[in-house]
Amino acid sequence: MSVNVSMTLNGKAVSAQVQDRTLLVTLIRDQLRLTGTHVGCDTSQCGACLVHVDGRAVKSCTMLAAQADGAEVKTIEGVANNGELHPMQAAFKEHHGLQCGYCTPGMIMSALDLVSINPDPSESEVREWLEGNLCRCTGYQNIVIAIQAGARAMREGGK
Amino acid sequence: MTDTGIGASVRRKEDYRFLTGNGRYLDDMNRPGQAYAYFLRSPHAHATFTIDTAAACKMPGVVAVYTGADIAESGLGGLICGWTITGKNGEPHKAPAHPLLALDTVRHVGDTVGVVIADTYLQAKDAAENVAVDYKPMPAVTSVVDALKKNAPQVHADAPGNLCYDWEIGDKAATDAAFEGAHHVTKLDLVNNRVVPSAMEPRAALGEYDAGIDEIALYTTSQNPHVARLVISAFIQLAPEHKLRVISPDIGGGFGSKIFIYLEECVTAWAARKLNRPVKWTAERSESFMTDAHGRDHVSQVELAMDKDGKFLGLRVSTLANMGAYLSTFATCVPSYLYATLMQGQYTTGAIYCEVKAVFTHSTPVDAVRGAGRPEATFVVERVVEEAAREMKIDPAELRQRNFIPADAFPYQTQVALAYDSGNYAGSMDKALDMVDYKGFAKRRDASKAAGKLRGIGFSSYIEACGIAPSAVVGSLGAGVGLYESAQVRFNPTGNVVVYTGSHAQGQGHETTFAQLVSDRLGVPIENVDVVHGDTAKIPFAMGTYGSRSLSVGGSAISKAMDKIIAKGKKIAAHTLEAALEDIEFSDGNFTVAGTDKSMDMAAVAFSAYVPHNYPGDELEPGLDESAFYDPVNFTFPFGTHICEVEVDPETGVTEIASWVAADDFGNLINPMIVEGQVHGGIAHGVGQALLESACYDDTGQLLSGSYMDYSMPRADTLPEMRIATTETPCPHNPLGVKGCGEAGAIAAPAAVMNAISDAIGTSNITMPATPEKVWRAIQSAR
Repeated sequence: MSVNVSMTLNGKAVSAQVQDRTLLVTLIRDQLRLTGTHVGCDTSQCGACLVHVDGRAVKSCTMLAAQADGAEVKTIEGVANNGELHPMQAAFKEHHGLQCGYCTPGMIMSALDLVSINPDPSESEVREWLEGNLCRCTGYQNIVIAIQAGARAMREGGK
Repeated sequence: MTDTGIGASVRRKEDYRFLTGNGRYLDDMNRPGQAYAYFLRSPHAHATFTIDTAAACKMPGVVAVYTGADIAESGLGGLICGWTITGKNGEPHKAPAHPLLALDTVRHVGDTVGVVIADTYLQAKDAAENVAVDYKPMPAVTSVVDALKKNAPQVHADAPGNLCYDWEIGDKAATDAAFEGAHHVTKLDLVNNRVVPSAMEPRAALGEYDAGIDEIALYTTSQNPHVARLVISAFIQLAPEHKLRVISPDIGGGFGSKIFIYLEECVTAWAARKLNRPVKWTAERSESFMTDAHGRDHVSQVELAMDKDGKFLGLRVSTLANMGAYLSTFATCVPSYLYATLMQGQYTTGAIYCEVKAVFTHSTPVDAVRGAGRPEATFVVERVVEEAAREMKIDPAELRQRNFIPADAFPYQTQVALAYDSGNYAGSMDKALDMVDYKGFAKRRDASKAAGKLRGIGFSSYIEACGIAPSAVVGSLGAGVGLYESAQVRFNPTGNVVVYTGSHAQGQGHETTFAQLVSDRLGVPIENVDVVHGDTAKIPFAMGTYGSRSLSVGGSAISKAMDKIIAKGKKIAAHTLEAALEDIEFSDGNFTVAGTDKSMDMAAVAFSAYVPHNYPGDELEPGLDESAFYDPVNFTFPFGTHICEVEVDPETGVTEIASWVAADDFGNLINPMIVEGQVHGGIAHGVGQALLESACYDDTGQLLSGSYMDYSMPRADTLPEMRIATTETPCPHNPLGVKGCGEAGAIAAPAAVMNAISDAIGTSNITMPATPEKVWRAIQSAR
């Protein structure tokens, strides 16, 4: 069965016909062609597919596209402002918080969700928060540093 | 040093696209008219089978269903292993056939029996449910110890007793003699657990055929696209090399697993031509667990002979290494020449003998994973050294210091083939001891004890042979290829530069580090340097990325190409400035006539090279575009000491890493920020192996840890902040004085963790991964 999904994606109204079993991540990647959201596992462990749905972080591989009908969805493509890096993205670059880049969009979307509820997270709070995001490259150290620095920049910039 | 040159922590050029979702990984690509492939995997570890595809072929959207019979009929060859190991008996290793799709027998869970191609991925997956495969399961064996037993299930008829090879290195008689004269012998039984590489991007392939020029374009997740093209052309015989283009775009981590040539990329490309339609395959993570080559899986006995002062007289090692069901591309060399040749460690051990039996089992093939043989060797040497210190009641740092090869003893010929070029082992040990505040350990242990915890400290003083590798040496040891690297440095007329490198990147930051080399040497602003890799149609033939070789071999090739650019630039400057060639000097991006103020900058030389209106054609060619191949004269030998402190809760067996210090020596550093990031990742990888990760099979050969629900990866709270420092002993034989840093952490870490746990709980009788249950049981049994 196919269903129609209408949602706001990165601030723009979009709609698409999808099979009822289509996952949100599949809709975003394959039909709406925003490929910054990645798929790294099939058990909702890795967090590479993390997006924001109505302002909160959601693993888009755990949600049907149909469930996003009427929702506001934000992906990594919606984070930078006219090509200028968001302070959190800039902090990842400044502190070498990424290597291969595959987990990075999920890490940034997760970090932004954390900062929205905890603007000044401690190191241990960041480490605990990242429980749902896997990275094989960095050993997490610079990701943790980057998220704290990004949070600081957001506080100072009033974002 | 400029702020973008050698030694500067330049922020990475590649980051912008990754941070904004503009990376181009393979699954992000689609081609017009593309169909999707789904591979059918065996649920049994060992079975014969028949297959009937008729019902699946009639399912909606299905384009084709192919089986091993179709592959056989098409005349495609099988997968190969590229390194011949000659055993004790003088015979080459056993190399059973590895067809792209199994014909009538499956040999591990995940072995591949067919492929369904359909208009959409879900249609292919649905149709796969309707392929009738009639399996007749048979007994299976996945452990190396069991596989060598009499009456064990046999993996291949042409590898009797499941033995791939029985190989040795070192002087057995001299080693036995050293043991006879020993004051004390320390013995350990060790298991090096099987790990799943787990790059976050699953493998993928996309084949596209251009009938007009009879060319296949294969997009694939490869660390070495030219090697893939060579093997797929010369051995699989899919297409001649000039009719096969292999493109490896942004890759989401490799860690070795994307070196190898896999059946899926071959079948996908073949099907694309057969159907004259693009075909794409992307692994699901469960397929990655079953089919990405695994790592490690050794069972070893080690003995260390010492005199009364703890001087190492002899080392004797016997290892069983699991090859899995088939030989992966470089499987044979990992537990032999990448392993036993490191048994000298950092020590002056007088005599060494190591024998290795490589064994087939009904499990996923095993090949190189980050470190590849060297983590296993370091684990053997550093575990037995630490145990010896306990038995001899000598401080473990002191015992190592008594046995270090002294800094003035290089070059140092080891007992196991390698000749170390340089080193200062006491230097990195001293630095690590200082960083960890070794003198304060007793106090910290007491504080932990007061809190009901057991604190332990563990050392790992590792050596690795990387910068792989001198072609003449590896050729003499059985490699089927040379291990040079290529580079091309091309100026455009307006003075910007494109560097074409064979060193593929999977997160290592080559686009930045290599641009730094060019900016530093040629004086070109770093933003005007682009680095291109990963396309056989663009770059010269190249060997790719593995064995911490990109900078020391690939970077040296770039350096050599820049020598030629400067030489050519001098000719152009001499002609233009009407001076003698020998009077032209080059520095800071300027060609100057010695002793005058006449000069041309690099950009002016480049422009002249492409607008050569008055060049004497027989003496000076237009263009500023130079290529080089660099073949190293030796391996490089990074080394260092890592020290780990753990706190164990005796009530629960939970181990917490309390602190980590690393003092590594990678020679000269081009970008310290990137180096540090590589070390962090390596340590986490090694700590994962020591505490969390284990690929487990049950008695029937089922892979129990087949997803991230069951296979425990390091997460952000696994490790505390790691403290990293370096000493700099330049490599004496490559132009950059560099060694390689990508594998060091993974090599050093497992021994450091296990030594620390053993120190904390008072027994070495514990295997990796040191889960809370195992640690708790070890504590109970030691009581």
